[in-house]
Amino acid sequence: MQTIHASQVRPPFYRDERVLGVFSQVLVVVIVLGLGLFFFSNMISGLREKHAVAITFSFLGQTAGFDIGESLIEYSRERTYLRAFVVGLLNTFQVAVLGIVFATALGILIGVMRLSTNFLVNRIAAVYIDIFRNIPLLVLLIFWAQGVFLKLPRVADAIVLADSFYLSNRGVAIPWGIPTESWRTYLIVLGAGVIIGAALAYFLREHGKRTGRMPLVTLWFIITVAAVGLIGWIVLPQPLTLDIPSLEGFNTQGGIILSQQFLALLSGLIIYTAAFIAEVVRAGIQSVSKGQREAATALGLTPAQTLRLIIFPQALRVIIPPLTSQYLNLTKNSSLAIAIGYPDLFAVAGNTILNQTGREIEMFTMIMGTYLSLSLLTSILMNVYNRRIRLVER
Amino acid sequence: MTSAADANSDRSVLPITERYTLIGWVRRNLFSDTLNSLLTLAALAFLFIVASNLLRWAFVTAEWGVIPANFNLIMRGQYPATEAWRLWLVIYLLGAVVGSSWRLLSGKFSGAARLLIAIPFVLMLIPFFSMATRLNLVITAAASAAGFFITGYLPIQRRGRTAAYLLLAYLVVMLILLQGVGAEEGPMPPVAPILWGGLLLSLLLAFFGITLSFPLGVALALGRQSKLPAIRVMSVIYIEFIRGVPLISLLFMGQVMLQLFLPDGFPLVDRVLRALVAITLFSAAYTAENVRGGLQSISRGQYEAANALGLSTYQSTIHIILPQALRAVIPVLVGQFISLFKDTTLVALVGIFDLLGIARTILANPDWLGTQQEVYAIIAVLFWIFSYSMSYASRRLEQRLGVGQR
Repeated sequence: MQTIHASQVRPPFYRDERVLGVFSQVLVVVIVLGLGLFFFSNMISGLREKHAVAITFSFLGQTAGFDIGESLIEYSRERTYLRAFVVGLLNTFQVAVLGIVFATALGILIGVMRLSTNFLVNRIAAVYIDIFRNIPLLVLLIFWAQGVFLKLPRVADAIVLADSFYLSNRGVAIPWGIPTESWRTYLIVLGAGVIIGAALAYFLREHGKRTGRMPLVTLWFIITVAAVGLIGWIVLPQPLTLDIPSLEGFNTQGGIILSQQFLALLSGLIIYTAAFIAEVVRAGIQSVSKGQREAATALGLTPAQTLRLIIFPQALRVIIPPLTSQYLNLTKNSSLAIAIGYPDLFAVAGNTILNQTGREIEMFTMIMGTYLSLSLLTSILMNVYNRRIRLVER
Repeated sequence: MTSAADANSDRSVLPITERYTLIGWVRRNLFSDTLNSLLTLAALAFLFIVASNLLRWAFVTAEWGVIPANFNLIMRGQYPATEAWRLWLVIYLLGAVVGSSWRLLSGKFSGAARLLIAIPFVLMLIPFFSMATRLNLVITAAASAAGFFITGYLPIQRRGRTAAYLLLAYLVVMLILLQGVGAEEGPMPPVAPILWGGLLLSLLLAFFGITLSFPLGVALALGRQSKLPAIRVMSVIYIEFIRGVPLISLLFMGQVMLQLFLPDGFPLVDRVLRALVAITLFSAAYTAENVRGGLQSISRGQYEAANALGLSTYQSTIHIILPQALRAVIPVLVGQFISLFKDTTLVALVGIFDLLGIARTILANPDWLGTQQEVYAIIAVLFWIFSYSMSYASRRLEQRLGVGQR
């Protein structure tokens, strides 16, 4: 007699999960591809009416013909569109890097304040976080640009701080170093200092592993580099001369001028992002269980050692992933520069170049491609880092 | 649990004179040691500087005249004044629906309900409101009270479902009222969405952005977790692409490029709708990632148990997986909705007059030159009130659902 096992009975094909799975996938792919093809053919026929060639990047070699307010590299209106694009990209980088550094510092400060046992300090941090997390960044940026920096006095009546900082509605002039002939030699000396410091740090770490007494490696590294830098500064004949701005008629002379658009964008981004970073830091530190702290105390570690060796390494594991996404947010948010007239990537490429050339597809491809590769690169790097600190875990 | 117990044991050690007195509290929390005292002094100095400057600005320097003069503009943009009654009707109905669904869902006239009823009365205290506005606010409060009490007398069986239908019906009625029907000369002439503006538009964009992006986001999250490779890959590409680009580029694309994608002669949708589409598509990707977090937090046992009970994939997703996954991510989701609400300000950059766009037009008026601080401060406060209430409500909801306790 033959028994029929349940697994041997095949359901009808319209209820077979494998058939259904394949079928639904084919359906979705066909729909998506069909829609894509529909949009694409519309786009190409539309572009054919507008331009001679539907899609081309050759216009990037043409003369741009517009000025850009500020640039890290040499640029004039005779240069090409591609050069203008790069100028915008570098401006975005500048704001993003500076913003990340300062927002992290401010965010850590406020996050630690939020955990303080001092009632007032704790409340101030909480209020800061609650205020700035609930206000749109764009409103904050425009308020900062039009309500604060634009309200500063004219250049002739500029507010002067310490005889060297000039605050006016055109921006802030600050002292800046001008390299002399010995600057290149000094850079080499500094590089040597970093190498010596790294060697010392390596030696100290190995020594610490052997003896079980780990010295403050990072601190020693910094001290070494600073010492070499200081000696080089004294020995070499003035690698930098300090250029202090001064008022000449209706303008400031000397130093460098940080434009009000740049400052408004940077400070807005810092203040806004710091509130989010503070929450990330607080959550990270709180995620380390109380038992860890108690165990460290029981082992006789000092509070400073507990923080450095026990709490921080563990908190960092929780902090890094959300911190990365905050950094990415800051970079993407810097595209709001268009609202306050700072020439970042999006303002230059998505507005000026696009309006002049009418090449929507090409410009948007370039802009989105740039932002996309930036964020993919960051997440890849962060995944690698994450895996590294996770291996240390257990 | 542990922290509460510790606080109690700390307290029991204190001498009785310091246990409950103000001075005892101050000594414990502000001046426990030298460092703490220094911190307190620094914080006091900081507070004094900030507060004195802020108060001087708010009560001496600032010229608040710009706000009452443009109040209607801030609230409803260029929505025609003759049709303003339709907006008030929308608000009355909102009051009634909120009151009614409160009765259905909670049943009690609790502290929070009193707070809600109190809102119109608090708003009446705003000094420059006209008598008509105040009357309208009273009617709103009355409508919500009526909604609450009348619902109590109705024999309703499936309360949750009724509340959902009620909200759905409200949505339809609201859209009809706002949009208008019939001829230009009729009782309710159509008002094009581009004329909707100010706070009205900001709230509408946020509301529809949330309700439309949520299902899309859940679908994308499920797609990303799916066993079917084609669906999974497409979800991943969509999510990562959207999350990698700034919203502003999507908004510009919606305004500049949408017409390129559509065939010639296709009726071009309204500017506002195009912005809404961009916001929805953008937010869905973020919602998807948040929901995925919830899906991943559910143990395999739940899937296997659902399978063993003979539930189909669809049934186990709807009845077993999603309810648990969504409950686990309520705080993150609300955070995402708040950021969507804040992001609606970006439409001001593509020529739509939401709260921020209206602020910019007011400031372009020569009568109100130089009032940037006042106008933007008010805009910021308005956004803050709504965002903060959302985050407060989410914290309450989280407590009620007992996340992390069950």
